[in-house]
This record gives sequence, C-alpha cells and structure tokens, in this order.
Amino acid sequence: MRHIISILMENESGALSRVAGLFSARGYNIESLTVAPTEDPTLSRMTLVTRGSDEIIEQITKQLHKLIEVVKLVDLSEGAHIEREMMLIKVKAVGGHREEVKRLVEIFRANIIDVTDTSYIVEMTGDGDKLDAFIKAVHEDLIVETVRTGPSGIARGAKGLAI
Amino acid sequence: MELSGAEILVQSLKDEGVEHIFGYPGGAVLHIYDAIFKQKDVQHILVRHEQGAVHAADGYARSTGRPGVALVTSGPGATNAVTGIATAYMDSIPLVVLTGQVPTPFIGSDAFQEVDTVGITRPCVKHNFLVKDVRDLAETIKKAFYIATSGRPGPVVVDVPKDVTSPYIKIPYAYPDRVRLRSYNPVKKGHSGQIKKAVDLMLSAECPVFYTGGGVVSGDGAAELTELVRETGFPITSTLMGLGGYPGTDKQFLGMLGMHGTYEANMAMHECDVLIAVGARFDDRVTGKIKDFCPDAKIIHVDIDPASISKNVRVDIPIVGPVKGVLADMVRVVKGHKKRPHAGNLDRWWGRIEKWRGKNCLKYNARSKLIKPQFALEVLQKVTGGDAYVASDVGQHQMWAAQFLQFDQPRRWLNSGGLGTMGFGLPAALGAKVAHPDKDVVCVTGDGSIQMNIQELATCKHYDLPLKILLLNNGYLGMVRQWQEFFYEGRYSQVDVEARPDFVKLAEAYGHVGMRIENPTDLEEAMREAFAMKDRLVFMDVVIDPAENVYPMMEAGKGHHEMQLSPECELS
Ligand SMILES: Cc1cc2nc3c(=O)[nH]c(=O)nc-3n(C[C@H](O)[C@H](O)[C@H](O)COP(=O)(O)OP(=O)(O)OC[C@H]3O[C@@H](n4cnc5c(N)ncnc54)[C@H](O)[C@@H]3O)c2cc1C
Ligand SMILES: Cc1ncc(C[n+]2csc(CCOP(=O)(O)OP(=O)(O)O)c2C)c(N)n1
Repeated sequence: MRHIISILMENESGALSRVAGLFSARGYNIESLTVAPTEDPTLSRMTLVTRGSDEIIEQITKQLHKLIEVVKLVDLSEGAHIEREMMLIKVKAVGGHREEVKRLVEIFRANIIDVTDTSYIVEMTGDGDKLDAFIKAVHEDLIVETVRTGPSGIARGAKGLAI
Repeated sequence: MELSGAEILVQSLKDEGVEHIFGYPGGAVLHIYDAIFKQKDVQHILVRHEQGAVHAADGYARSTGRPGVALVTSGPGATNAVTGIATAYMDSIPLVVLTGQVPTPFIGSDAFQEVDTVGITRPCVKHNFLVKDVRDLAETIKKAFYIATSGRPGPVVVDVPKDVTSPYIKIPYAYPDRVRLRSYNPVKKGHSGQIKKAVDLMLSAECPVFYTGGGVVSGDGAAELTELVRETGFPITSTLMGLGGYPGTDKQFLGMLGMHGTYEANMAMHECDVLIAVGARFDDRVTGKIKDFCPDAKIIHVDIDPASISKNVRVDIPIVGPVKGVLADMVRVVKGHKKRPHAGNLDRWWGRIEKWRGKNCLKYNARSKLIKPQFALEVLQKVTGGDAYVASDVGQHQMWAAQFLQFDQPRRWLNSGGLGTMGFGLPAALGAKVAHPDKDVVCVTGDGSIQMNIQELATCKHYDLPLKILLLNNGYLGMVRQWQEFFYEGRYSQVDVEARPDFVKLAEAYGHVGMRIENPTDLEEAMREAFAMKDRLVFMDVVIDPAENVYPMMEAGKGHHEMQLSPECELS
C-alpha cells in the first residue's frame, strides 16, 4: 500500500540524512521526499511517500519517531487529506504544436511561464495522476525536460500538525 | 568562570559526575589532553587501541549502570572506535563517545585525518552531534548524556573539531542542570489500563511463562521482576542479555532460551498459553522460526521502545514503559487482585516442565580425560561463589558460560549479544575492574577472540587491574568449526588457529602471571591459586577438548520444539 507520511522535524543539518539513512539501512523504499522550512524557521516539514505492508508502515513510523530530531509525524493516508505536486515541464513548441500545447495547458489549468521561438515551460500543480495525465497528453517527442517536486500533503479539516 | 573549549569539555564531564574515561590521544584532541593533564578529578585510562577504549567504557557501563565515556582522536581514532560503538548500540548500552575532528574551516577538504565521523556512525548510534561552536559545547554534552541514559539507552557520539577546543578562546562556562528536547520524550510510565488487562490475562493462564531480557538489567527492574515472578509462581526464562535479571540459582528459573537455550526453557515457550515478555526484543536467535513461535500463546510485551513491540512477532497486549515502574505496578495489581493463579493448573504445568528438565539437557561427559569446557565453568562458579563479574568474548565459550554460570544478580554478566563482537571480553573486563576494583572480574574467552584485543593486557598492567582470564583453548574458531561440522559435512575451512602463541609466555611478557592447565584434576586447585593472587592478573590457559560442541541447539530457521540434544543427553 502507498502511504504518505508527513513529518515535522528540527530544521538542523543532518536531520534529512538521518531520515534518508533510516530508509536505506532498513531496506524501506522511498518513492518521493520533499522538505522545506515551515513558518517557524526552527522546524521543517517533510512529506515522504513510501510503500509497504501494514507491518512495515508501522515499523517505519515507529522508527521515524525514534529519530531524535523528529518532533511529530502523521500518516496522512489514514484520514482525509490533500496532496499536491508541482511540475515544471519544458516542451518543444514549433509550428502547429504551439497551439496544441497551449490548448492542453488551458484544459489542465496549467500556466505557460516561459516562451521562446521553439519552446514553452509549463508550470502545473495537482495530484500525481493529473501531472501524469498531462505528460501522457503531450506528444512524447515534444517533451524536453520534466521536473517534479514529489507530493506535499496536508490533512483536511481545522486541526494542524504543530508542536 | 571563563574556560576554553577543552576545559569546558573536561569540566562538563566532571559536572556530569564522570570519574573515569577511556581514551587514546592524537592531533585533533591535543587541546583536550592538555586540559586532562591539568586536573585530577576525571581519571583517564590510556588503552592500547580505540576499539578497546569503547569496549572498556561499555564494560564500565554494563557493570555499573552509569554511562561509559570514551575519548578518541579524529580519522583512524574514530574509525577504530566504530566497532565498539556498534556493539553498544546493538545491546542498548549508554555511552558517550567523544571524537576529535579536524578544525571547522577544514571540514570537507579531505584534511589530514579527516573522516565524516557523524556520517560513519549515524546508523550505529542513538544520536550524534557535531559541535561547531564552543558556545554549544556544554549544552551538547549535557544532551548527549541525557539521550544516552534515558528511554532505551544507547551510545551517543559527540564530534568536536579542534578549533572548538582552542585554548585561546575562553568563554563563560555554566553546565546546564537539565536539558529539554521538544522532539524527544521517552515514556515514563506504563498505561494502567494495559497493565490491568495484562494481569487479568496472566491470572487466567494455565501454562504461563516469563521471557525476560536485557531491558530488565538495564532498566534496573531485577528486584521488581523477582517479586512478580515469586508472587505468581510462574516459570521464567531469560535471553542471553537478561541473565542475572532473575536469580539464576532459583528453581523457578528455567535457564536461557533460544538457539543454545535449555530444553525446558524452549519447550515451555513452545507450549505456553500466555507469554509475558519483559525488556526483550524477540531476536531471531531467540524466536527461531517465527511461524512456529509460541503457537498457542497470547503475548504480553513490556518494552520502553515502541519500535520493539510487534516488530518481529505480533503481540496481544503491548505495554510501553520502563520495566521498573511497569513491573512494580503489576506486582501491586496482582496482590490486589481477587483472582489467584489457578494452583491445580500451575501444578500440572510445572509437572510437565519438570519432565523436560529431567532430560538434563546440559549433561556432558564428566569422565573425560580432557578438560571439558563445561566442567571448567562449573569450577569457576564454585571458586568464585558466583559473585564475580564475568565478561565474555564471542563463540562457544560464551554459550557455555551462559549455560553453566549462574548469575544471581544483574550487571554481573557482560557480553556482546547483538553484534557478537569477538574482542569484546578483555577490554570490557578491564572497564568493569576499573569500576569495581575490589571485586573479582573474570574474562572468559577463546583462543580466537582473545587475540583480537590482546594488547589491552598492557593497559591492565599500566593501571594495575588484576583480572582473571579464563581462556578455554580449543585451538579452533570453535563456534564456526561447530557449524562446519553440523552443516558443511565437517569441511573445516579456515578455523584451525594454528601458530597460537604460548599464552603463558605472552602473559608474562606483559608483566602478568600465566598458567597452563591441561588436566581436569588440576583445574580447581589452579583456579583457587589464581584467584588467591588478588593483586595479579592471572591468565589461565585451559586446554579443553577441541571437539566439544555446544548443546542443545535449535538450528536457525527451526522452532523451539525442534532442538538437537547432545549425544550424552539422548543416551540418558
Ligand atoms: C554466538 C551467539 C549466540 C547467541 N545465542 C543466543 C541464545 O541462544 N539465546 C539468546 O537469548 N540469545 C542469544 N544470543 C544473543 C542474541 O543475538 C541477542 O543479542 C539477544 O537474544 C537479545 O536479547 P534481548 O531480547 O534481551 O534484547 P536486548 O538487546 O538486551 O534489548 C533489550 C530490550 O529491552 C528494552 N529496554 C531497554 N531498557 C528498557 C527499560 N528500562 N524498560 C523496558 N524496556 C527496556 C529495549 O528497548 C529492547 O527491546 C547469541 C549471541 C551470540 C553472539
Ligand atoms: C569480530 C568478529 N569476527 C568474526 C566473528 C564470527 N565468529 C563468531 S564465533 C567465532 C569463533 C570464535 O572463536 P574463539 O574465540 O576461539 O571461541 P570458541 O568458539 O572456540 O569458544 C567467529 C570467528 C565474530 N563473531 N566477530
């Protein structure tokens, strides 16, 4: 099962490598991992996507909890939550393709944020499926480069993950 | 008070109550060694190898319950320390290991004797720190001791760059009384509802058994455990790490369980209906084949580390908390409970256990002309009256010691269980002797293991540490030879430790007393003579039957009910 785990941790050098090291040392897989400081600069927030049986996910969350820098964590997949991922994708845009890509961008509610004679950079946000769908919709030969952030997640409702 | 970083470091240790540190100097720690030179409160023990320093600090910690402290230089000093750190990590032993580092401006430049100590040790420490600013030093040391000793204990490394200890920068010093870490809050008390549920289950059991481990020893829960076990009348078995957590000579004690555990202990595990696991982590050497593990049992598990619970085996009633408090609560609930353990059921259960006991699974050929290792350990038990601290190395001798020595008190049995580090025994014994100068401290070892840290004989001479070394000399890497005999049709590949030194002369060369004992009838007298030499280290080279194997044995991947018994035992 795919799980999306949200972690609040001390914003210290080394904290990230402890999390990454835990996964490699114990043979857990990381599908994606995003991390950045929060409104409180002493804390950072990490979203980690992993897969595993219930037993493995239980061990993952317990082992993460044991890391001294981890303040709190929640397995978002246990409740209603929102996931968003951002993608920057550079596509060839010449001839008829210029209009075709523009149309797709509109349909997907994305934005073109850079234009040259021969290319666009498209920025789009959504869940992973939506980004996948866009990639599929654009002709393979047109894609120059894709950059995805991996999902960030947050639980629905009024309650927050805070100390 | 204005102090330099080096002085702060030493003063912090003093304020933490540290009396001894084990270490080895080098360039990156020169300022620290200068500060050590200028004071008298913290005694530094100069070992002969950094691995020895960490094992010695570890033996000190295991035998006292106080954190052990080691100090090593950067680069090779730190890498030499890694085996010691990993050993302590696997057995959850509280250590603070101070490592020198190249000056901060040089970090990352492949400077002389630079290694990424924080990176190398990360997977085998409870936590580690790199101190980049002298103003953080005292607080970091406080945190290191707090983390090492609280919750599930473990080693903490503090990496200190040379410029941080500079004698030219002095700052005001105050050692913090306490530290608070918002991200680290070990559980202080077990959940009372869970404890109540556990006791209800225990009192309705027909075939209960306690399975206890190293957590009872490290969590100082031996007295509470003993009271609970006596109060209930249940049988109890212990892991290798838990020996001494319950009196080894008591009749309710079934001996060690697991791969080389007793027949009665393993059969009781297999047949029990309620298993009470306390401070034990369901290691694969203990559980055997998970599918066959305690097939009919409801399992209660007390552990301070939530990650230990349901890691290898699903449990029914988890209790997260410190053994001492949880066991005390259990005693109280049992005493106040309207229900008593069912006497008839318990009698029947003990009847079955006595039958298993009757197999006499540790029986060996006592008429042998060669010294049997089991006999040597029985003599050791007799001569020391069971009151010695015993540090063991790793191999067959370790298993025989675990089977044939009876520990009535915790912290007397010091051995590397989780990592199984050959070379642990001598430095660990040394550390224990520093902590307990008036007690007998014995190192039980093998001819392979002892050569892995033999240089510490010099440290023992230097500091006048009169250990007794009991070498069970079989001329083999015996444990490996046994596996090759059983599982590789006797193809003995690279286990014959030829060209062994003359251990008697070797001991003498280091300034100690050496003895060679080859005859069973000489053993007791020789041992008495050795122990009578109170102020000398005596190295007893006991030549044992090279073909002896450790029995019983539950092969890896088999269940508790599938033990292989010794030939002597099957005959009877
Ligand atoms: C050659 C060899 C053969 C071996 N054969 C055997 C064998 O036959 N039988 C055997 O038992 N072992 C054997 N071992 C040892 C084995 O590898 C493990 O080290 C051992 O079984 C683990 O013991 P434990 O479960 O008591 O855990 P420990 O490693 O001692 O762990 C302690 C547990 O207690 C918890 N704890 C710590 N403090 C507290 C506290 N205050 N309150 C509550 N919980 C706490 C910890 O979280 C942890 O889960 C062998 C080792 C070697 C090298
Ligand atoms: C550092 C290290 N290397 C290798 C091993 C693997 N090993 C386990 S037991 C053993 C043999 C130990 O021989 P010895 O010390 O002579 O003891 P004996 O088994 O003969 O009693 C070996 C090589 C180990 N445990 N530790």
